[in-house]
Amino acid sequence: MAGKTLYDKLWDSHVVHEESDGTCLIYIDRHLVHEVTSPQAFEGLRMAGRKPWRADTLVANPDHNTPTKDWDKGIEDPISRLQVETLDSNIKETGALVYFPFKHANQGIIHVIGPENGTTLPGMTVVCGDSHTSTHGAFGALAHGIGTSEVEHVMATQTLIAKKSKRMLVKVDGQLGKGVTAKDVALAVIGKIGTAGGTGYAIEFGGEVIRALTMEGRMTICNMAIEAGARAGIIAPDEKTAEYLKGRQYAPKPEQWEQAVAYWNTLKSDADAVFDCVVELKGEEIAPQVTWGTSPEQVLPIGATVPDPAKEVDTTKRTSIENALKYMGLAANTPIEKIKVDKVFIGSCTNSRIEDLRAAASVAKGKKVAGNVVLAMVVPGSGQVKRQAEAEGLDKVFIEAGFEWREPGCSMCLAMNSDRLSAGERCASTSNRNFEGRQGPGGRTHLVSPEMAAAAAIAGHFVDVRSL
Amino acid sequence: MKAFTQINGLVCPIDRANVDTDAIIPKQFLKSIKRSGFGPYLFDEWRYTNYGEPGMDCSTRPINPDFALNQARYQGAQVMLARDNFGCGSSREHAPWAIEDQGFRVIIAPSFADIFFNNCYKNGILPIVADAAVVDRLFKECQANEGYKLNVDLSSQTVTLPSGDSFTFEITPTRKHNLLNGLDEIGLTLQHADEIKAFEVKHKASQPWLFA
Repeated sequence: MAGKTLYDKLWDSHVVHEESDGTCLIYIDRHLVHEVTSPQAFEGLRMAGRKPWRADTLVANPDHNTPTKDWDKGIEDPISRLQVETLDSNIKETGALVYFPFKHANQGIIHVIGPENGTTLPGMTVVCGDSHTSTHGAFGALAHGIGTSEVEHVMATQTLIAKKSKRMLVKVDGQLGKGVTAKDVALAVIGKIGTAGGTGYAIEFGGEVIRALTMEGRMTICNMAIEAGARAGIIAPDEKTAEYLKGRQYAPKPEQWEQAVAYWNTLKSDADAVFDCVVELKGEEIAPQVTWGTSPEQVLPIGATVPDPAKEVDTTKRTSIENALKYMGLAANTPIEKIKVDKVFIGSCTNSRIEDLRAAASVAKGKKVAGNVVLAMVVPGSGQVKRQAEAEGLDKVFIEAGFEWREPGCSMCLAMNSDRLSAGERCASTSNRNFEGRQGPGGRTHLVSPEMAAAAAIAGHFVDVRSL
Repeated sequence: MKAFTQINGLVCPIDRANVDTDAIIPKQFLKSIKRSGFGPYLFDEWRYTNYGEPGMDCSTRPINPDFALNQARYQGAQVMLARDNFGCGSSREHAPWAIEDQGFRVIIAPSFADIFFNNCYKNGILPIVADAAVVDRLFKECQANEGYKLNVDLSSQTVTLPSGDSFTFEITPTRKHNLLNGLDEIGLTLQHADEIKAFEVKHKASQPWLFA
């Protein structure tokens, strides 16, 4: 009998009940909650007279609607404010392990605060009404997004109704060149397999490049698994994982630490494990990536030119290219380095951790944002990240270069607060989605790494960060 | 959840691949704390030519006449015909809420994104995966014939075309049973409460740090 994959081990250790058709009840260890996808679930619980099964598994925090400046003015949009206040009152009613209300010193993006407080641990199942829950797979947790009905189901029963996914291994061997980051690996993978390439799969990321990444880099890659269509991305825990977690508030206490690490060490795919699909990339072949279209799979290396729909034989694909170029205001065959940007956004659950800010600051240091860039903003992922960055003087580097240094939150990744693009504005963004209207109606998003975003801010157009 | 058994529904084509949930229901509408009333904002940025805000009266907004949902022939449609990877991106259940509120009960596409696919069932919407060639044929027939309807029967797992041709689709027995009967899944799961408690005892013994 073949060995088990990491996904199999995580799945098998959480099955509570299995129906004859393979539909299972899966036990959920950690439930992350934010203000946008939870109010209807709390309301559903109340209407049915149900209570949360284990409120001590809830980690909650508003992030999507919260402003990133002028916190003293509160939340000006009354609809946003009501949604945030509704989360306050819901958590007050149910209780939670962790709750950071708006303006709390540790408030931030839910996918940043989970790991940094040690509430995401190897071997856990982690869910949230948010597709970027895949981020937490970086710790060797089975983590994925769910809908609001499922948020209610998990609260009421501590389980999720689910069927096992297929198993994909994305193996990135070799090593990354200077200036090439986890974000570029994620975009290169999506460019290779497409935004539906991972549909129906849980992706395990492995290989020398993945092992060499920091926890921040691993979180960036798993975060983007959903953009490849896979609900969950997973990376086997190792010494770096344990090192990252040690001493964090909700990590295992010293008396349980050795037992926990011993268990975590078993969380890896067996040598003879069989995957349903294996995709291989070579680190050396990955260049800094820039998306040119309106889907994350519409991505190319920095040195490339925007595609020409006339060269595409498949009619659906040709139409997609034509639609994307029209929306993005780009002519076929334009070199990516010639594309000018109006705004730059460094932040989001993909790239707002301390390492991302250090990398962007190293590019911006001593330089000035180009005159054609109307706004370059840095939005740290959490209060903790912000304080750390300020302790290292990164805020000063950004401000001196002409960037705005903001308060933590989701911000212009999805523009639910007032941070957004105007119609026709073009943005170099470290976020995860370049969909039409994602960063504001009519806004044009190009996804890049923090280094590439900072470099675009300085040059005023996309530029190969390796050439600086 | 709402039960689904059988419909004979008008078909509306949404002829684009990779339709994401941001396009299905843009983010400004996610500020609502309710789960109803999203129908008028379905595909807001494609459907109207001005910027939509929550609470806006959509009956007076300027519309994009080229968008299928705005065309007289597709009014009252219950079956949405879509392309590959429908519902990709954000997990927002507001997407199926908007689709259901607009009156759709079935979506037929060559493939769906996983989270959206799952969310559909929770709202009494039947997502049907069909062969790309079959979907192509449906698009052609639907566009060529005004009033084009499909008969969708869940118990026999069959879609019947106006010509009498039909095709079958897959659904897990559990989902089929729950959807046919409109069952409350939380109530069903709570019938396993003893198993959940027993699991917790075992789980706590092996990983006590998860129960701080």
